[in-house]
Amino acid sequence: MNTPPNLILLFVILFNFFILGTSRLATCIRSVALQGALLSLLPLFLHTSTFHTYLLAGGAFILKGLLMPWLLFRAIRQVRIRREVEPRIGYIPTLLLGALTTAGAFIFGDRLPLLPAHLHSLFIPAALATLAAGFLMLITRRKAITQVLGYLMFENGIFIFGTLLAEAMPFMVEMGVLLDMLVAIFVMGIVMNHINREFSTLNTEQLSLLRE
Amino acid sequence: MTLFVTAICLILVSALLAPLTRKGSAFWDRCSLACGLGGTLLGMGATLLALNQPGSAVLTLPWSGVGGLFVLRLDGLAAIFLLPAFLICGVGLLYGSGYWPMQAKPASSAWLRFFYPLLGAAIAIVLTAGNGLVFLFAWEIMALSGYFLVATEREQDEVYQAGFLYIAATHTATLALFALFALLGDQAVFIALPAAGSLDGAAPLASAIFLLALFGFGFKAGVMPLHIWLPKAHAAAPSHVSALLSGVMIKMGIYGLIRTTSLFAAIPAWWGWTILALGVLSSILGVVFAIAQHDIKRLLAYHSVENIGIILLGLGLALLGRSYGIEAMVTLGLAGALLHVINHGLFKALLFLSAGSVIHATGTRELNRYGGLLRTMPLTGLFFLGGAIAICGLPPLNGFVSEWLIYLGLFQGSQPLAANLLPALLAAPALALTGGLALLCFAKVFGLAFLGTPRSEAMATHEAPRSMLIGMGTLLAACLAIGLLPKAFFPLLHSATLAWLPAAPAPAAALAALAPAGSISLAALLFIILLGLFAGNRRQRRETPRVPTWGCAYARPLPRAQYTASSFAELITGLFGWFLRSRTDEVKPKGCFPSPAHLETRTPDLILDLGVTPLCALLAAGASWLRHRLQHGIVGLYLLYPALTLCILLILAA
Repeated sequence: MNTPPNLILLFVILFNFFILGTSRLATCIRSVALQGALLSLLPLFLHTSTFHTYLLAGGAFILKGLLMPWLLFRAIRQVRIRREVEPRIGYIPTLLLGALTTAGAFIFGDRLPLLPAHLHSLFIPAALATLAAGFLMLITRRKAITQVLGYLMFENGIFIFGTLLAEAMPFMVEMGVLLDMLVAIFVMGIVMNHINREFSTLNTEQLSLLRE
Repeated sequence: MTLFVTAICLILVSALLAPLTRKGSAFWDRCSLACGLGGTLLGMGATLLALNQPGSAVLTLPWSGVGGLFVLRLDGLAAIFLLPAFLICGVGLLYGSGYWPMQAKPASSAWLRFFYPLLGAAIAIVLTAGNGLVFLFAWEIMALSGYFLVATEREQDEVYQAGFLYIAATHTATLALFALFALLGDQAVFIALPAAGSLDGAAPLASAIFLLALFGFGFKAGVMPLHIWLPKAHAAAPSHVSALLSGVMIKMGIYGLIRTTSLFAAIPAWWGWTILALGVLSSILGVVFAIAQHDIKRLLAYHSVENIGIILLGLGLALLGRSYGIEAMVTLGLAGALLHVINHGLFKALLFLSAGSVIHATGTRELNRYGGLLRTMPLTGLFFLGGAIAICGLPPLNGFVSEWLIYLGLFQGSQPLAANLLPALLAAPALALTGGLALLCFAKVFGLAFLGTPRSEAMATHEAPRSMLIGMGTLLAACLAIGLLPKAFFPLLHSATLAWLPAAPAPAAALAALAPAGSISLAALLFIILLGLFAGNRRQRRETPRVPTWGCAYARPLPRAQYTASSFAELITGLFGWFLRSRTDEVKPKGCFPSPAHLETRTPDLILDLGVTPLCALLAAGASWLRHRLQHGIVGLYLLYPALTLCILLILAA
């Protein structure tokens, strides 16, 4: 249980809760970045040290740990927001929901028909819990920037899954990383800028006029 | 089978030539017509040839695109439906060239030229489909080309609505058929339908299949509670299209029911009772609704519901006979039903075509505006009269023969006087009532349209063009042939009965032994001779002056002072008023110097207006309420929907 990957995963789950419970945007960004950076270490411990492994770890570290936080910090500097005010569901209920989904992830992870090697490891529950936490962020927060953070957490969850498959399906993880790039460029560069320029706010609620 | 496929290809070529006539090219129009006529003639020949071969003719081709086989199988049962289908399709094509002339309306004529043969070809493939895949493909082509034909004049609001109702109904039916084939299994869908009598009727799945067939095929056939689409679609379509729809396409529902029931052995008795009850319901209510109509094509459409009911009576009898093991009842019931399929196809097409030529001449479908048409259109009047006599089930025409077979079958149930079959006897008075009411209905139509004096002076009517007359004449000749020589058609019916019954037990009782067809021919011939003598006698004396109809000694008869559709039908609509719910719009004359008065009755379709429409409105309101709840514009909650769906799917899968 005390192997490095398990420790990393444990920290990832703890970060989930931390991100769900905090309102300061800067802290959120830092935590997501740290979570991503931690995850980028996973392939090093799991797989034999080949070029592919290093590429994966290095790429993930640069993207998740350095590029994303840099872009996000730049974004919040531009739009001058510090914290998520009034999320759709409060912080404490969100945390409780997060706890519930994490427990659910552990229960569900045990019942999946997995390879014997992956059975009873922390990987699947941690991946599911991170996915669920990212999803909670997406649902409960109103600011576009926190929703982007939720999306990044979502990506982190997928990355955990991906590392298990990295040898079986070589390009799976790279594809995931590419998705990250898409988020970075598309959501932040274009959408947020435009929302801000049009409505002088980043509240996505203003976008509900187009519902029908 | 090669011949049969060639025929279908020819019919398709006729459809494919149609776009070339869009610009009004007479040459391509003739080519298309010739191909269509040749194809239908060849198709009839091929069907008869295939029947002479022992067993059934089969064509199997690989169909790799969908991972199955393309199987066509022509057996006796299919032949019964194929013969009138080809005949009516050919006659309709010929009639259409006069009714919807290419010179006058090139665009819509090309439209009809394309979809009419397409519908015919699709029907031929539905009837010969050897597995579910081919069946459903052809069924869908048939349904859609039917829609396009109904919607020929879709710029009119009424036609547009009728088309919409039709396509909603036909797709609901198709949905049930998809479920039906899913229950029949992969083998039936991709390879070949099971052989007759190879499935166990007592299994619970069998009853589910039967109910699905009853719903899906019943919708297509227009069985009483499901007939909602039929009156509007038939009224809105051009007349030769109505003839094909009513004469042939709705029979595909009957074919499907007969084919589905043939797959089972040990048929539960309640199947037969259900079909018998539906038959009684459709036949009586169909004709009652028909009497109350003032639109000639709507009226004829309700008569289709009635005749579908009569066919179901026969089929119900055959099923009961199989459940209770009475062979004579099986033979007579099925033979009656199948012969009535042919007969109804012929005389209903004849009626629609002659109604079409009346509409062609007068430009209206309102019965109340016709009158005295027999003087200007004697041949059309003769054809309509022939069709009317046939549909009322009177000798010497064909309607009598099939109804007579069904009567014989009904009385078979009482021969051993099995107590549990006694209720089936009640269908006999129901059938008699239907016949009587139909007679009244056609007395009304013929009297209003062809007798009396013209109701408006301006209506300059003319006899139909020759191509239309030839078409109608062919159908009347076919009706007469069946009426005069029913025995000649018994081998055809026998081979169909054999195809319906499971192969293993004893073959069906011979029809000829049960039904004395010879005496019918003799009686019909005598009747015609007597009629001819009487007419000849009258003509020699030449003493009939032309005067207005005797108006109870009223001194100054006016064209307006004649019986109208409302007044003629008042007795029956009054009797059935509790069900018909006719709406009367009436201003009575009052006082010594009355102001203008008027009376108008309308009978909308009860089930559509009081049942289906409110139900659909409720459903639509519920759906739009739900949409307002779901479409709130909160992006976060939108994300929740797929997540919840995923969770539910995972829980279901686990």
